[in-house]
Amino acid sequence: MRRLACLLIAACLALGLAGAARADDAVAALAAPGFERTRTAVVALGRSGDPRALPVIVALHDGALYVRTDHALFIRAPAGFVDAATGVPAPEVAPNTVKKVRVNNAVREAINDALGALRLFASDPSARIAAAQAVFHAHDPHALAALDQALAKESHPEVREAMVQARAAALLFAPDASTPDRLAAVATLRARGGMDARSLLDQMTGQPPAVAAAAASAVTSIDRTLQLWNLVQGVYYGISLGSILLLAAAGLAITFGVMGVINMAHGEMVMLGAYTTFVVQGLVLAFVPALSAVSVLIAIPAAFAVSGVLGIVIERTLIRWLYGRPLETLLATWGLSLILQQAVRTVFGASNRAVSTPPWMSGEGHLGGLTLTYNRLAIIVFAFLVLAGLMAVLRFTSLGLRMRAVTQNRLMASAMGIRTPRIDALTFGLGSGVAGMAGVALSQIDNVSPNLGQGYIIDCFMVVVFGGVGNLWGTVVGALTLGIANKFLEPVAGAVLGKIVVLVMIILFIQRKPRGLFPLKGRAAEA
Amino acid sequence: MRRSLLTPALVLGVAIVLAGLNLATPAAGALHVSSYVVSLAGKYLCFAILALALDLVWGYVGILSLGHAAFFALGGYAMGMYLMREIGARGVYANARLPDFMVFLGWHDLPWYWLGFDHFAVAAVMAVLVPAALAFAFGWFAFRARVGGVYLAIITQALTYALMLAFFRNDMGFGGNNGMTDFKDVLGLPLHADATRAALLVITALVLGAVYLAARALVGSRFGKVLVAVRDAEARTRFLGYRPEAYKLVVWVISAAIAGIGGALYVMQVGIINPSEFAPANSIEAVIWVAVGGRGTLWGAVLGAVLVNFAKTWFTAALPEYWLFGLGALFIGVTLLLPKGLAGLFARGPVRRTAPRGAIAEEGAR
Repeated sequence: MRRLACLLIAACLALGLAGAARADDAVAALAAPGFERTRTAVVALGRSGDPRALPVIVALHDGALYVRTDHALFIRAPAGFVDAATGVPAPEVAPNTVKKVRVNNAVREAINDALGALRLFASDPSARIAAAQAVFHAHDPHALAALDQALAKESHPEVREAMVQARAAALLFAPDASTPDRLAAVATLRARGGMDARSLLDQMTGQPPAVAAAAASAVTSIDRTLQLWNLVQGVYYGISLGSILLLAAAGLAITFGVMGVINMAHGEMVMLGAYTTFVVQGLVLAFVPALSAVSVLIAIPAAFAVSGVLGIVIERTLIRWLYGRPLETLLATWGLSLILQQAVRTVFGASNRAVSTPPWMSGEGHLGGLTLTYNRLAIIVFAFLVLAGLMAVLRFTSLGLRMRAVTQNRLMASAMGIRTPRIDALTFGLGSGVAGMAGVALSQIDNVSPNLGQGYIIDCFMVVVFGGVGNLWGTVVGALTLGIANKFLEPVAGAVLGKIVVLVMIILFIQRKPRGLFPLKGRAAEA
Repeated sequence: MRRSLLTPALVLGVAIVLAGLNLATPAAGALHVSSYVVSLAGKYLCFAILALALDLVWGYVGILSLGHAAFFALGGYAMGMYLMREIGARGVYANARLPDFMVFLGWHDLPWYWLGFDHFAVAAVMAVLVPAALAFAFGWFAFRARVGGVYLAIITQALTYALMLAFFRNDMGFGGNNGMTDFKDVLGLPLHADATRAALLVITALVLGAVYLAARALVGSRFGKVLVAVRDAEARTRFLGYRPEAYKLVVWVISAAIAGIGGALYVMQVGIINPSEFAPANSIEAVIWVAVGGRGTLWGAVLGAVLVNFAKTWFTAALPEYWLFGLGALFIGVTLLLPKGLAGLFARGPVRRTAPRGAIAEEGAR
């Protein structure tokens, strides 16, 4: 008799007469034995749109729903059992008097559908949007009823939009929808765009001819938009790579471009900057844990100081003896780079060191069809800030003025009372310090290992040589061009071959224009 | 004995003594030289050939190449391809038609560029021709565009880097990452036999001597005088009616060919060739051999290559973590304190500043 009653209740609910008042009955139906009855009750609960049904379904999903011999249902919470129908704690229930409600695959499927539908009524708008998106991806016509209910109550514009799109997706797969409804749904999906809408429109079958035609044209339109966004995304990746090259090469543009010193240990200055970030992070964590979210920011001046001071020491002890002998400078600084690498390996070990990314730099944002990862975005911004700072120093400070004077005409500058050796040391320190700051940025996206710098040194020289020596703007154009070219060649030719093609192109380019894109003109260039 | 014969005679003498002691004395004897030492000596002499090639362009024309190991490795790959074919059906997959790595990659036919490498003569010619052709193509553009000095150094480095990336690819058909190894024999003689190794050492010494004498003849000729003129005052040489780019190109191609010969001999004695031979660091190490020995002397390059590599062998065995410190210090010490290398210590008369002073004046005191 009781079984019959349960069946009746379930049948009523299944017929779509469900409502908040009936949710209690459906909950009661869950207590009945048999997978099929459980499944029917879950489906009914899903369609009830009753917020109170959600915890019950969640509990069933998590295997935390229990039934007593008198068919009362309880949810097992960490603190003890809770009455499923009322949500009131039931401390009198002992674990040995209740049995877990069992589920099979069919029930699990129903649970997932019901959860999707019920979440459409969640109180948090972002949860509702997520639920609508889940329905969109599942595009199950069964969700239509719940969606219509939810839409009727919904006032939040973003949630409404997501729900309308989800409804359109579900509608297209409903066997009994009318042609005008379908056409409207196709239009909605077309306006939505994106890869998901495209694949939905592409996989529909058995549609009326008018709908099929509209879908086909929508797919073409979406494809065109997607291609455009792909292009933009490619440019973004290119700028991202380019900004890394720019950061690494900016210091080189000073030491090689402005001073004419070939510093093969430039990559090691970058590497030291990355290790400084690692050390600063450890120190901050040990002494002022409150600041750990901004330890990367603290590392920027620290890295500048470490690499900059080391640069000045190197200039004073090594490079100043080799002015006018560029090839010997190259060899000596190569030797220096070996020593620095081995020193870091001895101190920190040969394995990679972990530098954590602060929370504000992780995650990603969307802009139209564009995915922007925040760490890359931060590096792009940082690269251009560094560049602007460097240009400002060269242009507006007295140190910059003297630097330019010395590089343009050393003898004349010296005659004017500028202490050229001092300026040489400071210029080299500036270039090295900028390399150290690049290391802070690289520590966020690359492995911090003793070989970090080696991977960039050839690319850096390519950027500076390609852009034209002695010209920061040339370095910017060179870095971004190489970055974008690399990223666009990658899908066509593969990552390695793309890099080879870029290298060969630069080699050929230098044969055509030995002084780079923006050569210095005038008497200074004859040197 | 004429002074020019001293170096080749010395090298050949030492090689013959080592080979003789290895073959003729009992393994337990006090004078016995192990096979390991014999192949090590052979390796040093191959590096000496590379150093000679580098000295020819750096010491006499002032072209600093940071990519000479690329020519060396290309020669090595050409010979490696022959040795690979020589394995025949004795490989792991016992496939007589294809080398092991191609079977592993699921290839069915030998790529066209492997045809003919069954013959030693073809491989030997290719070991010279391929590096020379690459050098010609590269130099043709570079020297005509008057790319020189530091710029040339950097693009030669980019060249060897690009080649390294390329050879790392499996699709290239040169064994990818692993390169080529497990060679069995050369011209029917087992490579692992002591007699073959000893013979290879003596042959390498002979080749080194021949290359040395040829290089000496070259730099001592009228042609060589122009080379030095190009090194010291390129613009002036041009104004006198010479074409520096032609001279540079010729000696650049010759140098690449010599490096290729060195690489071919190297593969036979070391028994493996892989893309890491193209690593830019190898090329720069070769430069330091020449710098240590003394550039522009030829015999200094041979001496430097042998000495530095001996030090490397000793250091990496005894104090592995200090080798890079030592090598780095060598780079710095030689450039700061011994600009003429060890050869400068033997030079008679007051030590003059390094030769390419004129070149600096011209290339620009900036």
